[in-house]
Amino acid sequence: MATILEKPGFNPDRKYKVIGTSPVKHDGFDKVTGRAKFAADIFLPGQLVGKFLRSPHAHAVIKKIDVSKAEKLPGVKAVVTRDDFPECKPGSGAGDMTRMVMAREKAYWVGHPVAAVAATSESIAKKALKLIKVQYEVLPFVIDEVEAMKPGAPILHDYLRTKGVTGPDADKKTNVVERLELAQGDVAAGFAEADVIVERSFDTKPMHQGYIEPQSCVASYSDDGQVDLWCCTQAPFVYRDRLTEILKIDSSKIRIQQSELGGGFGGKTTFYAEPVAIVLAKKAKRPVKMTLTRSEVLQGTGPVSGTHSRIKMGCKKDGTIVAADSELIFQTGPYTGSAFLNAPQAMLTRYDIRNIRTIAHEVVSNRPKVSSFRAPCVPQIVFGVEGVINEMAKKIGMDPLDFRLKNAIAEGHKTIYGQVFDRIGFVETIEAAKACDHYRSPVPAGQGRGIACGFWFNRGGETAGSMQLAPDGTVTISLGTADVAGSRMSMAMMAAEEFGIPVDRIRAVLADTNSLGFNRVTAGSRTTFSSGMIVVDSARKIIGELCRRAAKIWNVPEEAVTFEDGHCRPAGQNAGDFAPLSMKDIASKTTPTMGAISGHSEMNVTGAGPGFAVHIVDVEVDKETGLVGVKRYTIVEDAGKAISPAQVEGQFQGAAVQGIGWALNEEYIFGADGKMQNPSFLDYRMPVASDVPMIDTIIV
Amino acid sequence: MSKKYQVTTTVNGDDYDFLCEPQQTLLDVLRDELTLTGTKEGCATGDCGACSVIVDGRLQCACLMLAVEAGGKKIETIEGMADDDELHPLQRKFLELNGLQCGICTPGFLIAAKALLERNPDPSESEVRYWLAGNLCRCTGYDKIIRSVLAAAKEMRGA
Repeated sequence: MATILEKPGFNPDRKYKVIGTSPVKHDGFDKVTGRAKFAADIFLPGQLVGKFLRSPHAHAVIKKIDVSKAEKLPGVKAVVTRDDFPECKPGSGAGDMTRMVMAREKAYWVGHPVAAVAATSESIAKKALKLIKVQYEVLPFVIDEVEAMKPGAPILHDYLRTKGVTGPDADKKTNVVERLELAQGDVAAGFAEADVIVERSFDTKPMHQGYIEPQSCVASYSDDGQVDLWCCTQAPFVYRDRLTEILKIDSSKIRIQQSELGGGFGGKTTFYAEPVAIVLAKKAKRPVKMTLTRSEVLQGTGPVSGTHSRIKMGCKKDGTIVAADSELIFQTGPYTGSAFLNAPQAMLTRYDIRNIRTIAHEVVSNRPKVSSFRAPCVPQIVFGVEGVINEMAKKIGMDPLDFRLKNAIAEGHKTIYGQVFDRIGFVETIEAAKACDHYRSPVPAGQGRGIACGFWFNRGGETAGSMQLAPDGTVTISLGTADVAGSRMSMAMMAAEEFGIPVDRIRAVLADTNSLGFNRVTAGSRTTFSSGMIVVDSARKIIGELCRRAAKIWNVPEEAVTFEDGHCRPAGQNAGDFAPLSMKDIASKTTPTMGAISGHSEMNVTGAGPGFAVHIVDVEVDKETGLVGVKRYTIVEDAGKAISPAQVEGQFQGAAVQGIGWALNEEYIFGADGKMQNPSFLDYRMPVASDVPMIDTIIV
Repeated sequence: MSKKYQVTTTVNGDDYDFLCEPQQTLLDVLRDELTLTGTKEGCATGDCGACSVIVDGRLQCACLMLAVEAGGKKIETIEGMADDDELHPLQRKFLELNGLQCGICTPGFLIAAKALLERNPDPSESEVRYWLAGNLCRCTGYDKIIRSVLAAAKEMRGA
């Protein structure tokens, strides 16, 4: 539980020299010159090309797979199917994972991998795929989550029973994974007090995370069973541990080196090709590279849960919200794991509402397994909640931001999931939004203005890192978290702040999984905070060690040495008259003082403060075509302490444009044949530069 | 083994000879045969612009051109954008103004923006947005990219 925040010396009002500036990112130079190595840019000697064969059916029993002809094609070095993967119990975590990467008993969606080949060229690999004969028994399928809940719907898994259901229905075959009820107070009594009640239903469509870099990996498998894997991932340590689970290989024999990550947004928290590339490499006895095509990315990797929700809220004439009653349905694809539990916890957290009841369902159907994205499962529902709130505010004639202020939570609020908040910034965020130029300006003629607020927990969790001081006085930070958009620079800045040296004397690198202790996934807005804690703690350990070494060199007690601006100095006049020792002075003389100086830190980081947001948008609708034009957009968000404000602004802006895409353009469209109809960037249309305006940002 | 074709071309001023299969694209060859991996593959269908290169002065998606068509052409890629040790003003402005986050789309945006400024040294914000509408970025929301291009244009004009 001990966090740096509780340690002596942490001062929230500290004046910073490096933190709060926006220096050029160290990793940026290679990215503007083409030198940066993303996963697909990695080549190993003798590497083969790996390719997937995928199911053309949405739901089918796989009767037989004949790979004999494919194996005989010259240039083909390995073909793998379900038979090459260890059995893991159906319905278990490992069982679902291994079945998602390679179908076993059944194919569950169009695009489900059923076999893979490794060959000396892409053209040979593609030819080999055509020679694999799969015998399917095609089954009825269900794509829509509401249809999948109805009696008589095709059942995906015979073993599935709904968690959270008791009584006669408890033992029924079903597609509903879980029914969860989260409640407090008395909803009926709350609505009885309401002057205004608004109830609406909302459908949101699945969107894809849309990272521009398709998943890619290179795997090598040595004769003694050592796996080396290079891939783009948000979670190298989680990948390693799950590979151990499904491939039954010791974790110590799996070394994963993350490459530059070409966008993830939650979608690269789960592996797809990686286990298959390893099994191919083992069989072929040569390294194998697998890179997904865009159509494979859209059809084979996790989009976001589509949802169906009904939200009913009531308020008094003075704006006090008295009750909220919601029913939510989440798609998860063929296997559980949508993170839908986030929704009942986060959807209303920012408003002080006594009476709440939320019933949430997670439903399997024959579509790609969903993955995380930007506060997983929450924006889909917040979209509805905020719409209902705007309507209530309008009905009682109250300004929408005043309405939110009236109900805003503050320090001491106990959330529905039990957390009691320390100092939080929702009220300040709303007030900053009210004061901003955009909100104070009248809505231009012919346009409409929308307001919405949001909340996210922010996370901590297990994190490990290390820091090395080189003899020349420069510092290297080894990180086990991923760098999704500049965290290496933020870490270097925090270390520079601690040491009091220029940030250019510090480099942060992404370590492999053999070099550090376990790190949780880089997601949920946890990395800058959690790895930041590790960096500060490691730096302080090095500073402590520097002071001990200086004391030894000066032959004075340790307390007689202090550290400031990169130098050890005598603590006071009584400590002696010594010239300050720089980090280089001490680090270059480590032989007589006990060897190299390094710091490391491992923590289960706690104490993350939640984030709050207000977005304001003006839109214009073309009355002939229905085209919605976004004319002005302002983001006001509580970011905690912005380490690098320009990077924080960039995060705000990118997320907002993803939201614009979700609201206006992006969706998965399925045909009557169960196939995704728009698996390309031409038909799955993400916003381009000409679709959006400049996005104004206010960091609270 | 399919028949291979010998192609002679110029990339960033250097002469290259390579063998390619008839279906291989310029993008396949740049990345896999010449190991010039700065040009990125985001879709291979001409929809994302990550593989933007300049062929005989014309902006082109390398994934939409067959490698055999590159014979005798002059190709410019991201690897040739900086002048010796000096970054191109567009590269510098992308760094200074945070015009990149993950960096996967960055080479394509830089090449496309260079092609724009060679034609129109003083583009409006709207002209920059429409010219770059063939390049997808998922991280930045485009704001800081557009600002970087406008700032580089201004600097290059000496304004």
